[in-house]
Amino acid sequence: MFMSVRNQPWRVAGREFQSRLILGTGKFASPESMREALLASGAELVTVALRRADLSGSRDPFANILEFIDAQRYLILPNTSGALNAAEAVRLARLAAAAGLPKWIKLEIHPDPRYLLPDPIETLAATQTLVQEGFVVLPYINADPVLAKRLQEAGAATVMPLGSPIGSNRGLQTRDQLHIILEQATVPVVVDAGLGAPSHAAEAVEMGAAAVLVNTAIAVARDPVRMAEAFRAAVEAGRAAYESGLPEPQGMASPTSPLTGFLD
Amino acid sequence: MVSFVDEFRQLPWRSLGERARTASTAAVRASLGRGTLDLTDLAHLLSPAAGDGLEALGRRSQALTRQRFGKVIRLFAPLYLSNECINNCRYCGFSRDNPILRVTLERADVVREGRALRAQGFRHVLLVAGEHPKFVSQGYLAECVGLLHGEFSSVALEVGPLDADDYRRLVMAGADGLVVYQETYDRDVYGAMHTAGPKRNFDGRLETPERAYAAGFRRLGIGALYGLADWRSEAIAVAAHAAYLLRHCWKAALTVSVPRLRPCAGEFAPPAPLGDRELVQLVCALRLFLPDVGLVLSTREPARLRDGMIPLGITLMSAGSHTEPGGYTGAGRERVHRTPRGRTVPVTASAREWVSGGERGGIATGQFQIADERSAAEVGALIRRLGYEPVWKDWDAALTA
Repeated sequence: MFMSVRNQPWRVAGREFQSRLILGTGKFASPESMREALLASGAELVTVALRRADLSGSRDPFANILEFIDAQRYLILPNTSGALNAAEAVRLARLAAAAGLPKWIKLEIHPDPRYLLPDPIETLAATQTLVQEGFVVLPYINADPVLAKRLQEAGAATVMPLGSPIGSNRGLQTRDQLHIILEQATVPVVVDAGLGAPSHAAEAVEMGAAAVLVNTAIAVARDPVRMAEAFRAAVEAGRAAYESGLPEPQGMASPTSPLTGFLD
Repeated sequence: MVSFVDEFRQLPWRSLGERARTASTAAVRASLGRGTLDLTDLAHLLSPAAGDGLEALGRRSQALTRQRFGKVIRLFAPLYLSNECINNCRYCGFSRDNPILRVTLERADVVREGRALRAQGFRHVLLVAGEHPKFVSQGYLAECVGLLHGEFSSVALEVGPLDADDYRRLVMAGADGLVVYQETYDRDVYGAMHTAGPKRNFDGRLETPERAYAAGFRRLGIGALYGLADWRSEAIAVAAHAAYLLRHCWKAALTVSVPRLRPCAGEFAPPAPLGDRELVQLVCALRLFLPDVGLVLSTREPARLRDGMIPLGITLMSAGSHTEPGGYTGAGRERVHRTPRGRTVPVTASAREWVSGGERGGIATGQFQIADERSAAEVGALIRRLGYEPVWKDWDAALTA
């Protein structure tokens, strides 16, 4: 865990984060195990599905997921999972803000409940509305470079392209598109979804992603705390490698002591 | 308009049924190893040979369920609004010719029952009623949905099929889910079981989930009632129906229930009973075929079996259920009556006392006897002990109209 202090921090909407690992809070076997995994991960940003939370302000003991997330330690990033369209996502975001949650919103609009793939049209529309209303908007998108640009123009604070479908554990299936998004980005790029192993997370950060978001792989691990530690170490290693200057892959072997070195 | 009815007619039932009866161990192993299963694979996994290797099927089902749903079980409760019915279904306690005690809850009763369920922790409620246009009209249902929309995060319905306009009104009132079981996908058995009433329309019922989706329902529930016809054929049909709905009603969250016939008024004996071991096989096979579909197990099943099936593929459960209107608080008990030939005939006070199940409970007749009588809190605690989180709220009224 020593590297984190040497890695550069990253910023979203003027706020600085040392950890480049964002955690999701679904699928855990208990709120206690979620709390321990959050702690072990070193995360500073934690996303919560608003549909799981109590938004009435009555501290519902049967919808108390937020009580297991220390708002002093973490910035809670509410998400709109379940929303079918922009109108619903905007409604949820406003409710969350009214309930006293941070005015940050992870926009998730995935009308298909099987693959949870985000709807680009509704996501752009909701981003435009929420940015105007003063929200810090972090939209979850497919790895579509043009959409990423359109969202940046609309004022999104980050873009969050997927590596592969949520919960699929398949890693960076969208690698080539991610490269283009990263190359063109004017805001931090967070790779969100599909990261099933620490090596997937490391690869995303090595490529230049500012951060990654992980949920399923940690939540359903036999030991979520140790898996959270593993992701933390992988993300820190990936970032350290990125900052140190990764060598370009070569088509053939090249000797570490060049034959013509004596001419230098 | 295209509907599942057309596809249903064209499915190769005979060959699929044959495979489900006679698949070899090698065929089972091959289907078990495939990433995406088709109906042929499902038939193999429903076979006696797959039953012999149930542990392997269970392990695969468990892994898939954990990956897709995590270690959580969602909880809901049925709220019976009325046990009036104009149908005669040989297996159902509510059949119109059964001389049972009937009642339809009034507004205040519905609110009282809803609050009792809320106090137990439920945030998702399923409103259930017999099919009766006079007692259970569309207007009545919309009113009940409206009364509970603020109290619950999610309000779903399991009532007789309605037309698209009626469904739209219910969605506008705040309902998000619709459950309609085909009961049996075997046309002949269906005809023999449903002896009178509008429910005799097999095709009309089969198209109902699509109609509900078009009207705006976000969650659809389907299922067969096991015990009426060969369970393997029912499972293939329900899976084909689910696969169709996933393609055509792509924005809906789909659930499949696996109810087995329970003892009820009328003393109907299931002609094709489904055993415990086979029920487990059914759930695991459905999970492999439908990795992202919610699988529902109700309090029809006994505690031991329910507990055992939590880690195997079930993702939704009811708990502490009553299947009689007024069952949670005794609401409406003073208006309980009989309804011979559609006429309301009062029951004398002494007769009410005689049938009373206690001071507080309902005295109208239930649809069937439940087998898991544990309270919601007990079921919640058990789910936690098994290493799963009981989830009471997984929706928000803000997502509904």
